[in-house]
This record gives sequence, C-alpha cells and structure tokens, in this order.
Amino acid sequence: MRAFTYERAADAQAAVKAAAETPNAKFIAGGTNLLDLMKLEIEHPAHLIDVARLPLAAIEETPEGGLRIGAMATNSHVAADARVRARYPVLTQAIVAGGSGQLRNKATTGGNLLQRTRCAYFYDTTKPCNKRAPGSGCGALEGLNRNSAIFGASHACIATHPSDMAVALVALDATVETLSPSGAARSFPLMELHRLPGETPDIETHLVPGELITAVVLPPAPEGGQMYRKVRDRASYAAGLASVAVAGGRIALGAVAHKPWRAADAEAALASGASADEAIGRELEGAGENGRNGFKINLVRRLVPAALAEAREQGRGA
Amino acid sequence: MSSVIDWESTSNPVKENRAGNIGKAVDRYEGPLKVTGTAPYAYEVEPPSPPAYGVMVSAPIARGRITAVDTAAAEAAPGVMLVWTYMNAPAQGPRPERYDFFTPSPRPALESDRVYYFGQQVAVVVADTLENAQAAATLVKLSYQDDAAKAVTFHDHFDEGVQPPGESDVEIGDFEKAFAAAPVTVDDVWRTPLQNHCQMEPCATTAWWDGDQLTVHTSVQMVRFAQNSLAETLMLPHKSVRLLTRYVGGGFGGKGSFYEDLVLASLAARELGRPVKVAFTRQQMMHGTVHRPATDVRVRLGATPDGRLTAMSLMTTTHCDRRGNFTEHASNFARSLYAAPNRLTGHRLVRLDLPVASAMRAPGEASGTLSLEVAMDELAEKLGIDPVELRILNEPESDPETGKPFSIRQLVRCMREGAQLFGWDRRLPTPGQVRDGRWLVGMGMAAAIRGNFLLPAKASFTVDADGVITVKQGMTDIGTGTYTVLAQIAAETLGVPLGDVRVEIGDSELPPAPGSGGQFGAATAGSAALDAGMNLRKAIAEIAVNDPASPLSGGDAAQVTFQDGVIAIANRSERLSELIRRNRPDGLTADGEVRPAADASKWSSHTYGAHYVEVGVDTITGEVRTRRMLGVFAAGRILNWKTARSQLTGGMIWGVASALTEGNAVDPRYGSLINQDLASYLVPVQADIGELDAIMLDEVDDKANPMGIKGVGELGISGAGAAVANAIYNACGVRVRDYPITPDKLLAALTAI
Ligand SMILES: Cc1cc2nc3c(=O)[nH]c(=O)nc-3n(C[C@H](O)[C@H](O)[C@H](O)COP(=O)(O)OP(=O)(O)OC[C@H]3O[C@@H](n4cnc5c(N)ncnc54)[C@H](O)[C@@H]3O)c2cc1C
Ligand code: SF4
Repeated sequence: MRAFTYERAADAQAAVKAAAETPNAKFIAGGTNLLDLMKLEIEHPAHLIDVARLPLAAIEETPEGGLRIGAMATNSHVAADARVRARYPVLTQAIVAGGSGQLRNKATTGGNLLQRTRCAYFYDTTKPCNKRAPGSGCGALEGLNRNSAIFGASHACIATHPSDMAVALVALDATVETLSPSGAARSFPLMELHRLPGETPDIETHLVPGELITAVVLPPAPEGGQMYRKVRDRASYAAGLASVAVAGGRIALGAVAHKPWRAADAEAALASGASADEAIGRELEGAGENGRNGFKINLVRRLVPAALAEAREQGRGA
Repeated sequence: MSSVIDWESTSNPVKENRAGNIGKAVDRYEGPLKVTGTAPYAYEVEPPSPPAYGVMVSAPIARGRITAVDTAAAEAAPGVMLVWTYMNAPAQGPRPERYDFFTPSPRPALESDRVYYFGQQVAVVVADTLENAQAAATLVKLSYQDDAAKAVTFHDHFDEGVQPPGESDVEIGDFEKAFAAAPVTVDDVWRTPLQNHCQMEPCATTAWWDGDQLTVHTSVQMVRFAQNSLAETLMLPHKSVRLLTRYVGGGFGGKGSFYEDLVLASLAARELGRPVKVAFTRQQMMHGTVHRPATDVRVRLGATPDGRLTAMSLMTTTHCDRRGNFTEHASNFARSLYAAPNRLTGHRLVRLDLPVASAMRAPGEASGTLSLEVAMDELAEKLGIDPVELRILNEPESDPETGKPFSIRQLVRCMREGAQLFGWDRRLPTPGQVRDGRWLVGMGMAAAIRGNFLLPAKASFTVDADGVITVKQGMTDIGTGTYTVLAQIAAETLGVPLGDVRVEIGDSELPPAPGSGGQFGAATAGSAALDAGMNLRKAIAEIAVNDPASPLSGGDAAQVTFQDGVIAIANRSERLSELIRRNRPDGLTADGEVRPAADASKWSSHTYGAHYVEVGVDTITGEVRTRRMLGVFAAGRILNWKTARSQLTGGMIWGVASALTEGNAVDPRYGSLINQDLASYLVPVQADIGELDAIMLDEVDDKANPMGIKGVGELGISGAGAAVANAIYNACGVRVRDYPITPDKLLAALTAI
C-alpha cells in the first residue's frame, strides 16, 4: 500500500466535486474491495473520498410501487429489509449467497456493483493482466482459468464479474441513479452499467470518472416466482462457478461474463413457447469456452431449467 | 535406559487417575486469553523499546539470478532505516548442501543472487512504521535472469522420478507374480494436489538485542531446533539466543522449520540497535514457506474371490524443491494396514523449480489413505463384499511386513462400533439408489491408521510456598491443548487442584522437548512431565519424613500420598504448602525426562480409527455436501476428552477439505501457485460440515510410553477424505480419482449418467 490522502465527503455534491477536482481520486464506501486492492498494489489512488456516511442509506417506496435502495445501504441491511424479503426474495437470496456476514455488514450497494473481478492473475502483480496493467497481456487466457467467462469474453480479457447482488438486480430490471462530476443526476438501466471487456478490460463500466452511484431503483415486483441459485466449490464464502437469478420472465446469469449476463435469448425463446431446455440451449449458442472453463456451459445448461422449475413452483405457491 | 517392560509393569498417578484429572473434558488452560485477544502472538509481543518494521520482497521467477539491484528509491523513501538484498545483507552461516527438518543448521536469508523458487525472499525493507516499510518495499527494483524450465508442474516431469536418497522399495513375497495371478484386481492411480498449510497466524517474529544476547518471539513448532539453527545462522553460540513461542496460531507441520522473518528480524534488530518486527503476508505464506507436495499414488490390489488380499502395492511419485530432500511418504502406512502375502511399496521423487516441500497434517497417511482406502472400496464392490467386512477379512494377526506383535490394535472394534452407531446397515451397496429431492445420498467408510512415536524430552516441576506447581518445558502448544494436558498431568501427579498448576512452555531457556509434530507431542512432553512430577513427589516425601516439624516425620517416604494439596501417611497429614513454606520457602524443583525405550522397536505401534460419512451430491450441479460424519478412534489413554475430540474432529474436517475443496494448482509458465489467499484457497467453512462426531474407545497402550497414551493430532485426517470419496460413489456412482472432487469434475460424469 502506498501513502494517500483522505477526506470524508459532507454531501453527495461535495463528493463528486472533490472527485472532479482531485487527480487520481477514488470513492471509498465499505472498503471491503478497494482496501484489499490497495494493499495488494493493484490500485493506487492518491486520494480517497469516503462516501460511506453520506445520507444515502435509506430504502424507500417509490410512487410506482417499487423500492429505491440508497447506494450506501449495506448488503446486510438490504437483505434483511422486510419489503425486500417479501417482494424481491431473489435479491435477498443473492446477497446472502455472497461473501460472509462480516463482509456484508460493511459492503454497500454501490460498492458491490463496482467490485472488481476475482481473476487470480488480476490479483497477482507478478503476472500479465490487461485489466490491471493495460497492454501487458492476459495471464488467464492460457492459464488456470477454470472460473473465466463463457459469454462475451475477448482475447484481451476473459474475467467474470463476481457480484451476486448485481445478477439479481439485472433479473429485476433495476435502474441505477447517479450524480455525475458536473453535479447532474442521471439514471439508466442497471443492465447498461457494466461493459464487456473488448480491447479495454480496464474500463469496466459506463460511468464517467468521478460519477457517484446514489441509488438503485427496483420496479414493482414482477409476477411469478423468483429465485437465486449459486453453484460453488464450498457451501458458503466462495465465488460462484455459475449462478442464476429468475424473476418473472427474466433470467440473469452470474460468474459467466464480464458483467451480470441477461439471458435475453433464453427469455425470448421461453416467451415464444420453447421448453426451458430449448431456451437455455438457445442462449448457450452464444457461449464459448476458454481452456478449462468448458464445464460451465454444461453447468448452465443444467442449472437454468432447474431454477426455472423451482421459481415456477414458488410462484404457484405464493 | 527405559524399557517397555518397565512402563507396563509400573503404576503411576496418571494410570491410577485417583483425582480423575486424566481424561476429563478440561477447558483450555490458555483459552480465556485467546478468546479475549490477550494472548500475545509473536508479532504482537511488546518489545522493551519501540520497534521498527520489516517488509520482505519476494522473487517473481521460479529459478534464475538477480542481475541488477536498485534500492536507491526505497532507501530514500520516508522512514526507511535499511534495505537489504544479497548485495549487502550481513554474513551468515553457510547453508548445508541438503538439509532436513530435524537437524539444526544455518538458514541464511538473502544469501546469494540465486533464485530457487517463485516467492523466495530477495530483499527486506525496514522502516519506522509498517506502512512506510510496505510503501518502500514497492520501490525496490530488482532485475532477473529467468532460467526456469518452462514446465514446472509435477506431471510434466513425472518420468524423472528417482528413488529418494537412502531409500529402497520394500517388497515381500513376489508382488508382480501374485498380482498377475489374482482373480480379482484393482489397478488405478489417484492424484492429490499440492496443498498449503494455511495456518491462521502467518509466520512472524519480534526480535531485540541486549548486548550480545538476542531475544526472539516467533511462531514455530520446535523450540530447540529453531533456536539452535538461528544461532548457527547468526554464527553465535546457541546460548546467545533466547527463542520464545508462547502462542502459535496453527502449525500443521509448516512451522516445523522457520523462515526469513526470524533471521531478518534478528539481523536487522542487531544492525539498527532497536527491536524489529517482520511478518509474512498471507500471499507470501503460500510460496515462501513450505507446502505439501502433490502425489500420484498407483494402487494395485489382488484378491481371491472370497476377499483375501493376495497382492498389494502402493507406489507413490511425488516432488520436492531443487535443494530439498523431503519425500511425501504416501505408501508407508500401507505396510502395516492389511494382511497380504505379496507386497510392494515405494516412492519416487522429482526435484522441481517449485517452493519447498515439507511435512503437513499427517504427512504420508493424509495423501496415501485417499488412494488405498478408496481402492479397498472398489475391490469390495468387485467382490460383492461389504467394505467393512472386506477390511476385517484382511485384518492381520501381527504387523504384516515385520511380523512384530501389535502393541495394541483395535481397528476392527473401531469399524464395528462405528458401523453400528452410524447405521451402516442402512447403506445400499448399489450406488445411486437414495434420492432426497435434487440430491443423491450415499454412505462411505474408510479405515484410519497413523504411527505412534516417542522422542526424548525433558521437563521440570517446581512447587512453591503456596503449594502451586509450575511445569516448565521447552514445548509448544500450536493450538492442540498442550498447556492443558500438561496441567492435568501435573495436577494428577502432585495431587493438587488444577487451578494450582501453572504451565510455562515455548521458551528455549526451559528444559528441551522436541515440540509439536508427528502427533508425538502429548506423549513425549507428557511423559517427561510425568517423570519430573514423580521426582518432585519423591523429593517432597523425603523432606516431609525428615522434617521433625511435619506430622509425617519419621514415616516411610514411599508411603506418602498426595491429594487435594495435602500430603499424608495414613492419618498423619499436612498441607503441601505448609511443608514447602517451612523447608523450601523459595520453592523446590525436580527435573524429569523420557527416552524412547530400547525395546520399543519390538512392537508395531499405531493409532487406529474408522470413518463413516454420509454425503449428498447435487444431481444438477455436482456440488457435494457432507451430511453426517462419525469417526471412532483407538489412540491409547485419552488425556483430555475435549481437546482430543477437537483434534480428531478438526482432522476429520481437514479430510473433508482434501476430498472436496483443498488444493493449489501450479501455473507451469511461472512456477507459481494460483491460489494466494484464503478467499481462493478453499478450506471448509461451518456450512460445509453437517453433523460431526468423534468417539474415542477406551484403550490403554502400556507399551507406548509410561502413561499408555498415544497421539491423536494426525489420526483424524487419515482416511477421512477417502470415506467422503467412497460416499460420493455410493451416492451417485461416480469415482473421481483426481482430488479434490469439485463440481466440474463430477459434472462431466453425472451428465453421462
Ligand atoms: C473475501 C471476499 C469474498 C467475497 N465474496 C463475494 C461473493 O461471494 N459475492 C459477491 O457478490 N461479493 C463478494 N465479495 C465482494 C463484496 O461484496 C464487495 O467487496 C463489496 O460489495 C464492495 O462494497 P464496498 O462498499 O465495500 O466497496 P468499496 O470497496 O468501498 O468500493 C468498491 C469500488 O466501488 C467504488 N464505489 C463504492 N461506492 C461507490 C459509489 N456509491 N459510487 C461510485 N463508486 C463507488 C469504489 O471507488 C471502489 O472502486 C467478496 C469480498 C471479499 C473480500
Ligand atoms: S482475464 Fe482479464 S483480469 Fe484476468 S488476467 Fe486476463 S485481463 Fe486480467
């Protein structure tokens, strides 16, 4: 870790202003990801703007019948919220499938969305990695890449996005609200937050530098069952090998791409009457394997129909 | 010279257990300190004056040379006090050509421009704060010439395996002939991956000097070995170094030796005239210390149709570092397990550009049982015989290779009692029969065996004027319960309440004991303690009968009894504290020791057990979760029901780890390991372990040592993973012989079903 300066932002406007004016500044919320990355010499911000205590932690009803979740609401807080549990169980399930209790107590909604990949080569600074050191190459491409992407990967990067929460939010068709460095608010579908790696895997989202996430907005809960299933090497506290969120007619996949992956082809096939097996088969036509991760294709093929069936069961029960 | 015959025929307070301290579920002696965070681990020890902080820099290549060194920027960084590389590190004792882990010898740090493995420490930066040292460490610029062979995985070099130095294969009868003639056979290879110890406490040292006298607090399993080796590294007389290791946050074999933190903290503290702390980071622990090497174990079994083994062979190929000697003896345990007239066992060793291989959690057994105990399951299926019955059919009368009688062997009883308690009769022999929703459920079992050892050790006991007994021994407690069992032995031997015993261990100034490892700790340290206690009893009794002021005056010293802090001859008694206050107000000390018996080698002495496991296999995803585990163990007299059970269940959990999650993969391009933290190196978490129990049979092994106890630390893991693998097969009909059995490996086979 290197020396850095630190400030606690008084309000959201002050936070984006500081970010715009200070070179090489970063927001820090729970710090559960950023501090690790700094200690391991993967990120070297010169200045930290602490946003954790901004008054953006509330969970409120929206006029449309949805919920607005403040960006600083902790993962534990969101997962335990009675309204979230009753109306958006897939979100609670996804959050509690992530990390450990201690991490979720610190982790925030905004920080969770922007957490960085768990690719082992990204974490080891002695290895090439286009995401950490653009142009150095991709260590994972011909390496031990069992947990890499099957959708949307590029020859520059095959990493996956590790968030569980974001997968559920994509299936729920959530919207992100932000404050840009100029101080202007904007909102856009969460599905459009993350990018595919392309040639620039170091640029991970469509946020502009210094843009602050202020909230995530959930539309009214969809009809039908919801469910989150995460497959992992151990029962808890492990990155997913693949995960699936089902909410109404929407399906999102986790740990399979550089972003939470909306299975739009599968959804379309289902809507036109295809079976679950056919639908996921359609989605997987676009999948490709990289070295050792081919099992994920098989895994997703089995996982999604099972999750759809379970969600349907629950929808009926409700 | 001690003798097994004497041990067997002599009674002592531990055997008699009048006050009932032995075997009791006594809470940990140091438990309150640990759970309140007030037990200082090595890095937390407060030195006499403010310390400086050292941070090490590790090599990014698997083999080669440092070609250029630029430390100017690091030296100029804020707070930096010194920067050392091989260019300017102080002179140290020369490293022996090949070294082993029990003979003290110099272990110089930053010794040359040569890099032998990825993650080797190549520089150290010492600064006024940890943060300044960390920041400056990033500024050390070293250039390298990378000479590593491009493929450094074990399997690329498999064929280069040679006989480990000084060893040969052990053959009894004619294995090949018998195997070829056997009507029923199993012939498969099992692979275990390289594993890391992953102790919770990384290696760390706090060091300071007082003139020519060095004091170090560090985290090691063997006090005397580390003290002597450090002194030799620093080219000092042994007694110039005082080494303390009061609390150790896990060892698992990985702290049997010591590493650069100890050497560099000592050297830097001398150079700077100020205490220095140096610790490994979690990432540095993975490469910079030691690991359990990968193995390939080929098992061949030949049997008659009625289930008698006629041929048995385990051949292990494994690896170590270029300069090392360590061999993972995964075949050895099989030499004592089952009867078979024709037998062949041995090892092949490959030297690679990889970090240093060494002992970890039941070296040999932990890896080897993952093959043989699954092979027995496969054989049982081929024969149509229950796996428990197959093992019982091949139970030997005496040690199957040496013919020596067993000191005691209750393996069959472990298996039978385990089967009954677990409900083994409910297991369906045909796989894939039991469904629970999306899960297939199955049961598996395996036998457990682990050697029993006794090493020379000393101890001393002091009684003070308050009647408090202090046990002193250069022993370690690496989280196992050593403090507690020594206190129990002292309380029972001197007849004082447990609360009147103090235990001082982990200090090289105390009477030497070999330390913790090879599950010899309690037996070795405890036997020496018992002897010291017996000598103290004698000394006390002599004083009492010769003290005219004592009610015991004029009595027979041999008749003095010790109970509840009172010494007595028949109805004449007084408090121990009163006697000592009158006669030895400054306290009375007696020494004791234990040596291996000259005739111990006449017996085959082991600990045994049987594991029963029920798992669920998710048919959709290939995820495996253990549902129930039961281990039944026979390991001599149990000193403390609670700490022994914790050792055994902990071992069983490590067995689950080795079967399902644990292992590190080598990226052959870099000679480095892929998992470098505890988020990616997966050991089981609470949610992975369902019901778990360990039962200890009533047993006394009077031939093992004066107390009739044996070790339990490494028994629990032995065989546990094999039982999991067998349960997976019983659940879903898939055998994965490449550990760990992760969902990706199972899924391929599940899809085919
Ligand atoms: C061992 C371990 C295991 C984990 N396992 C899982 C898991 O299984 N599943 C899972 O989903 N997650 C997992 N996580 C990740 C964890 O969920 C994230 O670290 C956490 O959600 C990040 O939130 P934070 O508030 O701590 O973010 P921080 O670390 O504070 O910040 C992360 C990033 O987001 C930026 N940022 C934070 N808030 C904002 C904002 N409001 N606007 C703009 N930028 C912002 C920061 O600048 C930084 O770049 C794990 C983490 C660890 C350490
Ligand atoms: S996959 Fe992406 S994150 Fe991983 S090494 Fe390649 S570029 Fe880096």
